[in-house]
Amino acid sequence: MPLTPVLTERYAVERSWTLAAYEATEGYVGLRRALQMTPDELVTMVKDSGLRGRGGAGFPTGMKWSFIPQPKPGETPTGPAAKPKYLVVNADEGEPGTCKDIPLMMADPHSLVEGVAIAAYAIRSHFAVIYVRGEAVHAHRRLVAAVEEAYAAGYLGTDVLGSGYDLEVVVHAGAGAYICGEETALLDSLEGHRGQPRLKPPFPAVAGLYGSPTVVNNVETLASVPFVVRGGAAWFKAFGPEKSPGPKIYSLSGRVVRPGQYEAPMGTTMNELLEMAGGVRPGHQLKFWTPGGSSTPYFTAEHLDVPLDFDSVAAAGSMLGTTALMVFDETDSIVEATLRFTQFYAHESCGKCTPCREGTYWLVQILQRLVDGRGTARDLDLLLDTCDNILGRSFCALGDGATSCIASSLKYFKDDYVALLPADERDRLGRTLKLEPVGAMA
Amino acid sequence: MSALPGSTEGTAVTGLDSSPVEPVAADLPPLTEQTRLECRELMARYPQARSALLPMLHLVQSVQGYVSPEGVALCAEELGLTKAEVGAVATFYTMYKRSPTGRHIVSVCTNTLCNVLGGQRIFEAVKADLGVGHDQTTADGSITLEHAECLAACDYAPVVTVDYEFYDQQDVESTRELVAALRRGEKPLPTRGAPLTDFRGVSRQLAGFSQHADAEAARAAVDGPSAGVPTLVGVRLAEERGEAAPPMQAPAPAPTPDVDEPRAATRPTGRTGQAPEKEASDARVAAAGNPAERAGAKTADPDRKGPSRRRTGTRATGTDTPATPAQSGSGEGPAPSTSPSPPTAQREV
Repeated sequence: MPLTPVLTERYAVERSWTLAAYEATEGYVGLRRALQMTPDELVTMVKDSGLRGRGGAGFPTGMKWSFIPQPKPGETPTGPAAKPKYLVVNADEGEPGTCKDIPLMMADPHSLVEGVAIAAYAIRSHFAVIYVRGEAVHAHRRLVAAVEEAYAAGYLGTDVLGSGYDLEVVVHAGAGAYICGEETALLDSLEGHRGQPRLKPPFPAVAGLYGSPTVVNNVETLASVPFVVRGGAAWFKAFGPEKSPGPKIYSLSGRVVRPGQYEAPMGTTMNELLEMAGGVRPGHQLKFWTPGGSSTPYFTAEHLDVPLDFDSVAAAGSMLGTTALMVFDETDSIVEATLRFTQFYAHESCGKCTPCREGTYWLVQILQRLVDGRGTARDLDLLLDTCDNILGRSFCALGDGATSCIASSLKYFKDDYVALLPADERDRLGRTLKLEPVGAMA
Repeated sequence: MSALPGSTEGTAVTGLDSSPVEPVAADLPPLTEQTRLECRELMARYPQARSALLPMLHLVQSVQGYVSPEGVALCAEELGLTKAEVGAVATFYTMYKRSPTGRHIVSVCTNTLCNVLGGQRIFEAVKADLGVGHDQTTADGSITLEHAECLAACDYAPVVTVDYEFYDQQDVESTRELVAALRRGEKPLPTRGAPLTDFRGVSRQLAGFSQHADAEAARAAVDGPSAGVPTLVGVRLAEERGEAAPPMQAPAPAPTPDVDEPRAATRPTGRTGQAPEKEASDARVAAAGNPAERAGAKTADPDRKGPSRRRTGTRATGTDTPATPAQSGSGEGPAPSTSPSPPTAQREV
């Protein structure tokens, strides 16, 4: 696959973050066109484009928008349809390995603002919030400036571009909690509470912000929308596979020669991306990598030709996630990497659900003693058993994500764990090790 | 002031534990009527006032350097909540500090990817230099140190932030120098981000207010560098290889004349450097439909302003920061020096 800069194309434009530069590169053309369409036509167009959410789950964006209950013509709306609708942007990027949205918001904040305006119009919302990760201060500042410019130019506010449509947009800073990247935790946080996930259903589309119908979309998803509107559904579908099309920002990091942002069609393989990034650093071999951040099961050298799209990665046993491709080589300890990720989940578990709060704590203890050479023969099974007691047993996906690196590292690199055991424990291992796959007990 | 009815004097208000409140620093600036009015301004921005709680906590932190019992009380009073309710929120988020912070907050990423490339070594070295641990402040009040979870800059690993501005591709020595400079009262420029102010200033920004005295300083902050080699590596490589996305077809029904703007002239092909912006700028000033747009269009003139000059020499930006080998690009593999198109070198690096 070739490189296909679409979302990243403006990154190299002089002062790309300004309205002037944005307008000079067909900025807000999509919004003008969208305002000529009906909201329903827009929803259909985005559905037809096949755009799927770029925040990790890959849910079809147009379908998400269509779930918002709308008043039926000629009827007095009741229930959720009668309530105000909200659009909330999930700009709380923090999944380890993920570094695509913050560069986008810094380099091209107006593409997000335009996407917000189009999406809000499509779901008939008059109030949108961009919830930006608190630590992302430069992205926050660029967004605030972009929103101000957009108001001044008539792209936001009362009577957007003379269309009669009103839209208020607030840029809201978080305060350092990974869990707020989970959409319902984000909504709780936005309502001024601790960021803890809600039980679903009801889904945000019915009862989201302030109990009203709400769409929560990721930054890259919304930044794709102006291009869908400008280029049309068929153009967008020309990138990559039928069922998960579009240009995608792949973020390579770690042991590659040229880490960074590479935008290519969905379905590009790691082999192709490694070639672009100059390969693994000279003299070393790739050992393991994540296709989409720390919550996605590891891949190995066997998976370099898996097309990196939602369905192909799932079929190969992992998840596309946020296409955060962290590359590790033979000098990196997979058990230690896994310990670090697990420490992260233990720190970021919001504490609401016992399996996740307690389970991540114990996983850290077990991994730590393995890394310290104090592990026991039982520990490998104990890790998987603990994972089994977390997976699928908490409100949100944080706990599930915490088990991914452990289960997949044991699947592919069991020997690395065994090598860390004291000799006498290693001898006992043959008699006890079961290594049942995680999920078998669920 | 106490945390819960019946608890003893000096019990933490912001904590769930009953540890005594640290003695209030003598020079702690008071929360004023102005702070209260700003809280109300924040509350008015949302359909429901409580949505302003996180911004309000950033705000009180921007005045006092941490979320003090007084700050919690102010938020509670304005929102009609109990102090316990506000304390419960404040303690959930790591960016709200529960004891006075230093002038700057230095965060070292020690998550997996940065760690593999040396993040933990950096943290240990800085810890030793400063004589403080995680979430602790130096005695001179210059620096609060913390190890951070993933800062979403893995392509620039290992990363350090000061007041949340990025200092990319650090190593032990570069970070030690950075921290030493901060302690001397210097403000080395970040590789990505605005010129440093201080922790309180950036907290004010996060609350949703400008932290700058005038528009020029605010603009300079917005215009701080943002795109280093890793951000641009894909788009530069595409240019070098002549690869691009499939072209968009002209729209069948052209809804407004605006969309028929000369695409060839305005599209950032990346092959003409900054010229398209200038061309398009002129075209747009002419085509702009209203005064606001026209004003916006005028600012498009790429030759108009100074800050871009500052950025065109990234190396100049870099010289004020501690000299890191990585910052000169050496750690990043070859910049596309073989690029046939000289103007690319003029763009932001």
